[in-house]
Amino acid sequence: MPVVKQEVLALSGDEAVAYAVKQSDVDVVAAYPITPQTIIVERFSEYVHNGEVDTEFVCVESEHSALTACLAASAMGARTFTASASAGLALMHEILYVTSGCRAPVVMAIVNRALSAPINIHCDHADSMVERDASWIQIYVENSQEAYDSVIQAFKIAEHPHILLPAMVMLDAFFLSHTLERVDVLPDDTVRKFVGARKIPLVRSHEGKLVPFKLDPETPVTMGPLDLYDYYFEHKRQQEEAMQRALQKIKQVHDEFGKICGRRYGNGLIDPYRMEDAEIAAICMGSASGTAKVIVDHIRAKGVKAGLLRLRTFRPFPSQDLIKALENVKAIAVMDRSHSFGAHGGPIFHEVRHVLYDAPTHPHVVNYIYGLGGRDMPQTLIHKIYKNLQKIVETKHVETPVQFIGVRE
Amino acid sequence: MASEWKFAIKDLAEKPELLMPGHRACAGCGPAVAYRQILKATRGPIIATNATGCMEVVTTIYPYTAWKIPYIHTAFENVAANAAGIETALKIMKKKGQLKHDHVDVIAFGGDGGTYDIGIQALSGAAERGHDFLYVLYDNEAYMNTGIQRSGGTPHCAWTTTSPAGRVIPGKPEYKKPIGDIMVAHGIPYVATASPAYWRDLIAKARKGLEVDGPAFLHALAPCPRGWRYDTGRTIEIARLAVETCVFPLWEVVDGEYSLSAPSKVIALKPERKKSVREYLKGQGRFRHLFTPEFEHIIDEIEHIVDKRWKLLLKKCGMA
Repeated sequence: MPVVKQEVLALSGDEAVAYAVKQSDVDVVAAYPITPQTIIVERFSEYVHNGEVDTEFVCVESEHSALTACLAASAMGARTFTASASAGLALMHEILYVTSGCRAPVVMAIVNRALSAPINIHCDHADSMVERDASWIQIYVENSQEAYDSVIQAFKIAEHPHILLPAMVMLDAFFLSHTLERVDVLPDDTVRKFVGARKIPLVRSHEGKLVPFKLDPETPVTMGPLDLYDYYFEHKRQQEEAMQRALQKIKQVHDEFGKICGRRYGNGLIDPYRMEDAEIAAICMGSASGTAKVIVDHIRAKGVKAGLLRLRTFRPFPSQDLIKALENVKAIAVMDRSHSFGAHGGPIFHEVRHVLYDAPTHPHVVNYIYGLGGRDMPQTLIHKIYKNLQKIVETKHVETPVQFIGVRE
Repeated sequence: MASEWKFAIKDLAEKPELLMPGHRACAGCGPAVAYRQILKATRGPIIATNATGCMEVVTTIYPYTAWKIPYIHTAFENVAANAAGIETALKIMKKKGQLKHDHVDVIAFGGDGGTYDIGIQALSGAAERGHDFLYVLYDNEAYMNTGIQRSGGTPHCAWTTTSPAGRVIPGKPEYKKPIGDIMVAHGIPYVATASPAYWRDLIAKARKGLEVDGPAFLHALAPCPRGWRYDTGRTIEIARLAVETCVFPLWEVVDGEYSLSAPSKVIALKPERKKSVREYLKGQGRFRHLFTPEFEHIIDEIEHIVDKRWKLLLKKCGMA
């Protein structure tokens, strides 16, 4: 299929998300406003009030009810979307697990914002990192274009009958949410066709009949039952199996969409930049990756074999892709925009270093905690990280495995 | 909008059970009786949702279910938001021509914990937004699922495990929250109280709640032998005494207008028929500590509060 002609728009990250939702034939949106996600619900309200979408929009009284209403509507067979950030996502915490446990493929955009206290509206990844174990697919985007592309892909991934897991798409507060960028958008019918109608799989009911997995008076099923030690464990195991299947599905949907729009983000799981012969590499998620690419170009020009591995999908974690992409790298700096207090480093560092334990090579892996509460991550600091990696390769010695960067000492 | 639905007990007997026998409710469970009666009031396809609580636990232990209708439970504090999501999905499905039926009713069940306390935010929000659903509060007046802890619905001075009948503090110091009036204040089209002892009244009210357009709230008293400490055979007797003593009067509000329901209206018209609150309290172990010289004065106090609330209700019903 040839690449479809697209319209060029100037959209902020939030607007790009709202636009993607508008085109994805969503049945129910239930959301509660929170800075910096607000523009998403504002734009979507305009679409609803101007009759541009066939969507019921419920302005609920809390994030807890937002996700609950989406979950219940999803159980009815509807395509559903919500969006949140920071405290709002934290309030949803309980229902995040219920949503994945009910196998409801709700799609949610998260505008990554720091958690209180002290209260702060700016970007870091603490809010969604807290939820990494909630059995939601997690995709972190680098720019507004990718936010648009990823939301559309998320519906198709989450709703696939072999997956049936909710998915969240993360974009950085303000750096993306409120910044106008060029976004190429597909025609409405192309997106609608790509996402397609939601397919409801058949399941065996308690009476032994094969029935659609949704709330339907014709074929009653009980959802969300009390499930004790004799079955709960198997159900949790099934969620993990679906997560593992999602690795392939994310790649596949990303590829299909790439054929239509002509844009690709690595293989959909990891997005390597100049990694082919890299000896040193940073691993990064979100908008700081763009800055890191500039530094890679800069030091490459001086003959340093540097690369950047942008992690796009954090859940499921692309372990094998990561091992492969890092097989020839001697020193790695993992950049975490959140911290696991009391732990040895941030959450991405934990995952990466842990995965590399099984790799044939054992590169040095260090961790930089950066940008908490929206602290800027300028080129100079990223440059410093690569300099340190060069030093580690030269000396074969790591002085400080975990450090905070860009913070007053 | 008022229901013209007439039913005979024979019709009810012939109506299929929607909550099947075999669930694990205790002997004498008031909520189970109330549920059975309410589900006799259905008028067509219906989807149920339940807050976490006794009735969720006893009806759906996987891989079994007592529900013959589509049912979903998600959490404790959000059953009204479940109903909102279901109703919204029905609305859009109908708009898109994907609904096989002309109309599907939505019914949400919550206990007193899930309604008075942790669930009131979601309930208030759903009521304010005007979703078309019937909310049933089955009020067994404490957190029975976790083992009899006090709730906003627990009456004054009742013993619970978190409001023990101590030497200094004799049970729950606070009063029962007027949840029905709170829902009336939302301006929703239908609010009513009911008792499973008056099954005809309860079933008719459930039907009205389903039939109105918009949110309806049915507050059903649902005695619990375990938590209230009485013999399992006395559930209906106690549910009746609560009405006869005006501890739990039966009323309804249609579009903001209060009116007494027949069992309470009789008492309003013939006050001599009102039984003593003492009679209601004495049969329940949760009030046993009040029948001691030290705390007996509290019974008069409770009687006084019941009278005060009853008079206020009569005024609202234009019967003062």
